[in-house]
Amino acid sequence: MSLILTVPWMAWSILLPLGGAVATFLSRRYASRLTLLFGMATAVCVGALGWQLALKGPQRHHIGGWQVPVGIDLYADGLAVLMLAVTALVGLLISFYATAYFPKAGQEETGDQNVASSVYFWPLWLFLWGALNALFLSADLFNIYVTLELLGLSAVALSGLSGKAEALSAAMRYLFVSMIGSLSYLLGVALLYNMYGVLDLGLLASEVRPGPTSQAALALITVGLALKTALFPFHFWLPPAHANAPAPVSALLSALVVKASFYLLLRLWLGVFPTVINTTAVDLLGFLGALAIIWGSIQAFRQRRLKLLVAYSTVAQLGYLFLVFPLVLRGGDFTAWGGSAYLAVSHAFAKASIFLASGIIMHVAGHDRIDELAGIGQRLPVTMFALALAGVSLLGLPPSGGFIAKWMLLNAALITGQWWLVAVIILGGLLAAGYVFRMLAHSFTPATWISFEQPVARRMEWSAFALAAVAIALGLVAEPPLTLLQSSTSFAGPGLREMIP
Amino acid sequence: MSNAHLYMLGGVCLFTLGTYALLTKTQLLRKILAANVMGSGVFLVLIAGAYRSPSGLPDPVPHAMVLTGIVVAISMTALALVLLGRMVPGSRKGDKE
Repeated sequence: MSLILTVPWMAWSILLPLGGAVATFLSRRYASRLTLLFGMATAVCVGALGWQLALKGPQRHHIGGWQVPVGIDLYADGLAVLMLAVTALVGLLISFYATAYFPKAGQEETGDQNVASSVYFWPLWLFLWGALNALFLSADLFNIYVTLELLGLSAVALSGLSGKAEALSAAMRYLFVSMIGSLSYLLGVALLYNMYGVLDLGLLASEVRPGPTSQAALALITVGLALKTALFPFHFWLPPAHANAPAPVSALLSALVVKASFYLLLRLWLGVFPTVINTTAVDLLGFLGALAIIWGSIQAFRQRRLKLLVAYSTVAQLGYLFLVFPLVLRGGDFTAWGGSAYLAVSHAFAKASIFLASGIIMHVAGHDRIDELAGIGQRLPVTMFALALAGVSLLGLPPSGGFIAKWMLLNAALITGQWWLVAVIILGGLLAAGYVFRMLAHSFTPATWISFEQPVARRMEWSAFALAAVAIALGLVAEPPLTLLQSSTSFAGPGLREMIP
Repeated sequence: MSNAHLYMLGGVCLFTLGTYALLTKTQLLRKILAANVMGSGVFLVLIAGAYRSPSGLPDPVPHAMVLTGIVVAISMTALALVLLGRMVPGSRKGDKE
């Protein structure tokens, strides 16, 4: 018992996916089985870490036994563990889907998936997983830079996996955005290190003072991370990159990768720099978030291809996350940042489900032109049910995770008296209704003859369904994840309280 | 203004130039080079900061950061070049037209 509590589960949850990546690269024949094995082992580590957290509170691990400021620390609180758990659950279900989606080595090629993409999917995905876990656990500015680059490298390579011309040019654009983002972040880190001489987030939080250098550094870091999170008007790269990737990759990118850079913004703005931020900066972020909601929803509604519609809906949903900054600064507290984090979590499940379902539709119909999908609902009842359930969470209808999250955000906007945000949240919901019904309407239209004959693996349909079911379950059983979130004590510290007018 | 400040300013200028070129140039190879110029600018800022250390001895931490940064920059450049090679048919050795 006590032995389990002393194991550094944090380090294992990073090492296992990285080791798995090497193993799947070396043994291509068993790559899919090895991925499931390493994935389950990682999930066990995350579970054990959650247990450690429940019994002993937030955990800190000095890598290699070196103490701060010389060494690098890993830090796990409620928010970090929740993100790790979401990554593990979403990741496992997507891996399970991918075992049927990609043809095995030596098997005949099906549809548009070539064998090369299946060979490289597994190691790249496990690298991505390792990078995500390391990012969520890092408590060191420079270590975060390294994890951002690892994440960017594997995400770009995954998005260009199909090797088709559109996918390659989308991947190239994604790579440039990723480079500008991380170099801008690194310049911010360089300025901070020159000023304060520390990299550890905890030490920095206690030393940072308001001033031009701190503000310039925070601005550079924020621009870099906002680029990677595809905040309006930096969203231009996201729809092509997410829509042209193979379905499991689209799901990973939209559900997990964009959330990672937002997670860092949340941690840095609310946990490290609360004394540096001012009302103009938070209102600007909130305003851009509001524009993202409106612009993304309208664009989603106008798309002719299903996957592009879903990708623009990601732009809109990411906009909601940025409303957290004006809400927290004016006293929204846990209702605001908890709601935002909960939205990130429920969107991860819902969007992964929708992208997997679109992958099934593309596989069966051979295309994803929305107007020509009549009758597909008769052919794929489980997939359509998954799509509808995930749509409910995206809309924020009860009972779903999306409902709880948007309800919390709406409450925070009401408590703090920010009526324009109330209006934006409600308008965003109406616009989402528009594109979600557009997504479903054609597919549910009955057709007199069904032209979709391509067989589809059961496990693909059920993986998409399981993800949608979790998105709904998050609305029915919201207590445990919210309690876990509330145990993150690093937010709303004394600095932030002083800012509240 | 000390030497270190001058180098730091130079680094910021390189970063700005690189960003400008990355955003405005249309040729992909030039964009890749521009990203490398941006990276060099950031590394110069870090190294100049190490030189400024009050004890007179250079601070080793920024050196370690720059070394890591160079490794990352090489990997990024390699990935960008591979993507470029795939996008332009016939540009790779052994490609059949």
